[in-house]
This record gives sequence, structure tokens and C-alpha cells, in this order.
Amino acid sequence: MISLTSYAFVSMILFSIGVIGVIARRNIFVIYMSIELMLNGITLFFVTFARYHFNLDAQIISILVIAIAAAEAAIFLSVIILLFRSKKSLDTDVFNTLTQGENS
Amino acid sequence: MNTPLLVWIILAPLIGSLLNTGFYFYHVKKQKISEVIFALIGTITPLISFLITLCLFLQMQDEEVVFTQDLFTWISIGNLNIEMRLLGDNLAIFMSMFVTFIGWLIHIYAIGYMKGDDGFGKFFAYFNLFLASMLILVLADNPIILFIGWEGVGLCSYLLIAFYYQDKDNVLAGNKAFIANRVGDFGFLLGVVTLFFAIDANSLSFSTIEANISNAPTELLILSGFLLFVGAMGKSAQIPLYVWLPDAMAGPTPISALIHAATMVTAGVYMVSRFHFLYSGIEDIGTFIAYIGAFSALFAAIIATRQQDIKKILAYSTMSQLGYMFIGVGLGFYSTGLFHVFTHAFFKAMLFMGAGGIIIALHHEQNIFKIAQHRAQLPIIHFTFLVGVIAISGIPPFSGFFSKDAILAAAFQNGEYLIWAIGIFTAFLTAFYMFRLYFVVFVAPTKHVAQYTYTSKTITIPLLILSIGAIAAGFLNLPEVLGGETRVDTWLSQLNSHKLHLSHSTEYILMIISVVVALAGILVAYKKYAKFDVYKPESDEGIIANKFYVDEFYDKVLVQTSKKLSTFIDKVVDEKIIDGFIMSICDGFISFGKKVAMIQNANVRFYAAFMLVGMCCIFIYLYNLLGL
Repeated sequence: MISLTSYAFVSMILFSIGVIGVIARRNIFVIYMSIELMLNGITLFFVTFARYHFNLDAQIISILVIAIAAAEAAIFLSVIILLFRSKKSLDTDVFNTLTQGENS
Repeated sequence: MNTPLLVWIILAPLIGSLLNTGFYFYHVKKQKISEVIFALIGTITPLISFLITLCLFLQMQDEEVVFTQDLFTWISIGNLNIEMRLLGDNLAIFMSMFVTFIGWLIHIYAIGYMKGDDGFGKFFAYFNLFLASMLILVLADNPIILFIGWEGVGLCSYLLIAFYYQDKDNVLAGNKAFIANRVGDFGFLLGVVTLFFAIDANSLSFSTIEANISNAPTELLILSGFLLFVGAMGKSAQIPLYVWLPDAMAGPTPISALIHAATMVTAGVYMVSRFHFLYSGIEDIGTFIAYIGAFSALFAAIIATRQQDIKKILAYSTMSQLGYMFIGVGLGFYSTGLFHVFTHAFFKAMLFMGAGGIIIALHHEQNIFKIAQHRAQLPIIHFTFLVGVIAISGIPPFSGFFSKDAILAAAFQNGEYLIWAIGIFTAFLTAFYMFRLYFVVFVAPTKHVAQYTYTSKTITIPLLILSIGAIAAGFLNLPEVLGGETRVDTWLSQLNSHKLHLSHSTEYILMIISVVVALAGILVAYKKYAKFDVYKPESDEGIIANKFYVDEFYDKVLVQTSKKLSTFIDKVVDEKIIDGFIMSICDGFISFGKKVAMIQNANVRFYAAFMLVGMCCIFIYLYNLLGL
């Protein structure tokens, strides 16, 4: 039987890869996928603990997370299209209009 | 006794001043107003003051009474009450009698003198205000009210000395008078504060101070007495704060007459007499005052012997005569000192007004040698000037003799032989320089006599009235040894802690000495100046003619040093040190702020990283806090 620690370890790795992806990559798509990774990591954590404790509450939350992630994907993709239309680019560093261009 | 009349003595000239100010503004802005209106307002109001004072004086003759008038409570803090109250006791009424009378005559004189001047109305507004301030000073019931008047005369002297403000020198002279007086006023204020601290009473009226003075520690009283006298040094032009007085001659002559005869400079003597109860308890300070007076008298007389400006000679003679007054009051003979104030007011006003007449007649020529070159035919001025010169030189029976001699006798009786000797020598110098002035201006041979007779009645009549005073005022206080009654001494008897009790023979000897000395001075002046060739005037070189370089000394030591100090503080301490320190703090904040601003670069990934770091910090903190 694979131990609880192993599951937790995998989910933490998934989450960390997601975080590093958000911070380190410039492409918005990659960032989006990194966010999904983080969500997956957390969901895995929930499911693991649900099985471990024989408690279905956490399973429900993980299904809820998947549902919300699906909804989020729809919004996120449309936002990405809008952003791309305005700047013709998917590089996050281009979207710094809030500083009025002072430091760029 | 409470009487509403007292306040009108002050209010009359004050209202006059306000009316004239109003009319003058109208005159300047809307349409011209005749000089007659200004002159009427300006002269009637002092006359009202004089008549009221005279009434009160006559009432005081009939019954022993001290007039007071409560107006309102001015300051009330805790237990302390400072009342706005006027006091008309023997001293105040005596003083305001001749202040208003001689002030009134000078006002009349000023009508003639200032005729045709653009600032005629303004002049009378200032002039009335000057008189009102002096009367506040004289009739004050506590040192605080006295200080209002004290500052008032200082302000008015500034305004009037700088009256011809288009000329920069006059403005500078006005500034000098004001600043020198400020130094003294600072001393006066400190003195009052010290006194207030020392007596620790719940009121500051003169009677309260007098009643509580025995509780006060002597050291504080000495300090306070000294500081108050510093004020008197400034107002009454004594060493070392006298430098403003000769420069004050820049103003029109009636002002010189008013400052020197009836107001301003006599304020110091009056103030010391007012605090007689204080000074009689601290005789060392009294002696100090007397010595300052004696040296001022001598110093001014020496300078006066070589001056060439007619008004400056008179200015130095005023300073010299004030020295005598301070000898009198310093030694505790208050009535004697005040009597000299009284007689001096007559002849000094007259001398200044005479000099003013000459100056006008010769188109503002003030150098005595040049005056002599174009002598004018001025019989009345000539006569009154001679009377004044004789009176100030101390020739009996003219008034100056009695008052000056009484002071010298007082010094002799107190055993202050040095002061007496200085006084006698100064008397010699006085006779010498006054007759030098007289001989050069009126007697020395000259080729050119201008056919100019000044006929304005407003100039000659006050001169004649004053000449009567200069001749006869001495008889008011004729000493017993000459069969007199010493009326002034009796009138002011409550001030005096001492009484003259020299033997008759000693008094005779002293009188003879001073008369002989005065005659000797006149003789020397006659030998040297009666036949003086005015076309070869004396040189104005030398240490005496340059007033011992005191002005230059003050300029170097006080003015330049403080200028340098100020520049140093401005350039080095302020700009380099203080500004440097503050600005480096500011610069630090600014550069730190710029660094902080760099964080806000709208970079999503950067923000996300920061969020992560922040969350990590919070988790670590919570982890430690909860002890998990």
C-alpha cells in the first residue's frame, strides 16, 4: 500500500510546480496551466485525506473544486482572448498598464 | 478721591490726535483742509489737559487729597488683578502741570514752525499722541500702565524723528532712537517682572508695591532697581544708551523741544522718582545712578564744547542736564531732581524754539559758524536765547541756578565729593559751551546781516512766556538760606528720604563756588569767541569733535559683531548644519520611497512571488505562535 506521506508528497510537488510556474513563466497559457496544477495538487490532497479518514466531505469539496475549475477555465480562456486582442501578445510583462508606464 | 476728570487729561490730546488723523486722511484722499483746523484741534486739546490739571492742582492746594480714577480691570488672572487706574498724586500732578503747559506752548510754536509743510496735519496728530502717551506715563497707577506710555513716547519719537521720511538719514536716526530705546525698554520690562516676582502681591499698583516692598528679598530689589534704571538710561539718554539723542535732531525743531523739555527724556527721571520707595531702600543703586548721571553730564558737556551743529549742542546739553537730574534722584533728593526737570523744561524748550526760529530764518542752516556768517535780525529770539543761555549756565537769579545748585549741594552733603567736583566742572563747561554758542551766533563780528525779521506771533509769544518761566521759575523753590520757602520740596515732600541740612555758611560757599565757576566759563567763552572770526570756523577734526568715536565704537563692537554673528549663523549653522541634517533625513526618505516604488511595477509574476513570500511568512509566524 502506498503510504499517506507519498500522496501528500506528490500533491505538494504538484502544488509547488504550479507556484513556480505562476511566478517564473511569462506566457499566460502556461500560467493558467500552472494554476490548474495547483488546484489539482490541492484536490489530490483532499481525496487522499478523504480516503484515509473514510470521510466523504472532502470528496465533495474536491468535486466542487473540479466544477469551479471548469467554470474558471471558460472565463479564463475568454479573458486570455481579450487580452491577446488588446496587446497582440501573451507575455504577462506586457500587461503593466496600471503603472501608467512609469517604471517600464 | 475718585474723579472722572483725570482721564480727560489723557483723553483730550488723544482725541485730538484721532481727529487730526481722520482729517489728515480726508485731506490727503479727498480735498485739502485748511491748516487752521489742524492747528486748532492740535492746540486746544493740550490746553484742555492743562486747564484740567490746573483745576486739580488748585483743589489739591485747598485740601490734602490724592486723585484716583478706576476705569476697568485690565488683566485678571487667578488672584492677580491689574486695574486700569489713574493716579493723580502730588508728583503726577506736578509733572503733568508743566508737561501739559510747556507741551501746549510748543504746540502753538509748531503752528508757526510747520506752516506750509505738506504733513502739517500728520505732524499735529503725532504731536498730540506724543503728549497723550507722556500723560499716560505720568498718570499711571501701576508700572504696566506706565509702560504703555513709556512705549507710546518711544513710538512717537520714532515717528517724529523720521518725520521727513523722504530723507534716508532721518529714517535711520528714527530707527536708531527706536532701537536704543528698545534696549532700555527690555531692561525696564525685566525690572518690572523681577519686581512683580519679588513682592509677590495680587496687584501691581504703586501703592501695593510700596506696601509689600519690605517682604521682598533685597537682592531681587537691587536687581529690579538696576534693570528699571536701564530703561531710564535708554529713555533719558544716559551713558551708555545716549547715542540716539544727538541723531534725534533730524526731526523738525518743535519735536526736539518736546522730546527734550516736556516728554520722553524726562520720563526716566520721573520713573525713578515714581519708584522712590524702591530706590530709597537700595542706596547702592541710587549712588550708581548718581555716578552714571555725573559721568553722563561731564561726557556730554565735553562733547558739546566742540560741536558745530546748533541743535546737537543743545542735544548734548540736554543729556548733560539730565545727568544732573539723575544725580539728584540717585542720591535720594527726588524733589531736587524733579525741580531741575521743571526749570530745565522752561529754558530748554525756549532754547530749542529759539534755535528753530534762527534755523527757519536762515533756511535750515544749522552750523553755528555759517549761521553767524548770515546773521538775521531776530530781536525777540536773541533776547530769549540769551535768557536761556544764562539760565542753563547757572547765573542767579535765573531758574537754572537754583535747581542745579540744589543738586550740587545735595551731592556735597551726601559726601559724594567726586560727584560734586564733576558737577562743578560740568557747570563750568556748560557755561562755556552755551556762551560759545551764544557768542558765535549772535555776537561774533560778521560782515553780512540778513534783513530778515521773523514776525510770526505763534513763534514769538511762546518764547516770551517761556522766558518768564526761565527767569522766575527758580523762585518757586528758593532755598531757605536765601529766605525762600522751598515750595517744590514741600509739595513733593513725601518722596524725599533726605533733607538738605547744610549749614548756611557752607551753602553760601557752595553757591559762590558755582557762580564763580559759571562766570569763569562765560569769561573763557567771551575771550575766545566774542571776537571770533566766523569765516575761519573751528576744525571738526579731533577726538572731542568726533564725539569720542563712541558711535564708531558701537558700530564696530555691537553692530558689526552681531552682523557677523548673524551671517555666521545664517550661512554656516542654518544652511550647513541644520539644513544639512534635516535635508539628509528628507533625502533618505525620498530615496527609500523610490526604492519602495520600484516594487509597484504592475508585474503579475512579481506580485505573485511577493504574495507567496508573504503567505510563507504568515504561516511560519502562525506555526511558531500555535506551537505546532
